[in-house]
Amino acid sequence: MDTEHILKLLPYEPPFLFVDGLSRISEEGVTGNYTFKETEYFYKGHFRNQPVTPGVILTECMAQIGVVCLGIYLLKDEITENFKPEIALTSSAVDFYLPVFPGETVTVISEKVVFRFHKLKCNVKLFNQKEELVCRGTISGMLKPKGND
Amino acid sequence: MKNEDLIAKLKTIVQPYVQDEDAFNNLSEETTFVGDLKINSANLVDIILDVEDEFDIRIENEEMEQMLSVKAAMAIVNSKIAS
Repeated sequence: MDTEHILKLLPYEPPFLFVDGLSRISEEGVTGNYTFKETEYFYKGHFRNQPVTPGVILTECMAQIGVVCLGIYLLKDEITENFKPEIALTSSAVDFYLPVFPGETVTVISEKVVFRFHKLKCNVKLFNQKEELVCRGTISGMLKPKGND
Repeated sequence: MKNEDLIAKLKTIVQPYVQDEDAFNNLSEETTFVGDLKINSANLVDIILDVEDEFDIRIENEEMEQMLSVKAAMAIVNSKIAS
């Protein structure tokens, strides 16, 4: 399963899609990136006159690349024309170190901890363009292929 | 393993994931993980993984789907450690 196919199976749409591309994916982990556009809707209110990317959005970006993209790859043998991935975030614990401002490109690196009984748990890190660690944590989700019939 | 020893071990494993404390305090063989203890599906997986480590056994997908109650969990663990 290639990157294009994985991105097509993602169940998100703008303004809540936080994956631009994947540069590496295997059974063990994934690396991907996203550029926060200056026009993102949340900058208007977070914060007033001082746009900074919210931590929950960084967490979402880590989850979309690190858990959902990887999970779709891991489910590749079960996903068919009629079976789409059904996903749910089940836990996240993230520490933050640096802010991300409008226009910055971030890289997410995720390593699989365990994938069994449709639960995927990953250690995920997010870096800025200077390759500085912005945040890291452990994120888990349930992923199942669901039929549309 | 004696039933009370097995239940005690299961209780220790299950406790961190329990949402309904009253149901946990009244835990019996008939107690169900999701219905009574209000454990979510992701934590049910954590429990299965902890049970595997505790008893040094491997639980398969079909068995996991049957492990809905304390009684069912005990039956599966007993069948595995006996073999």
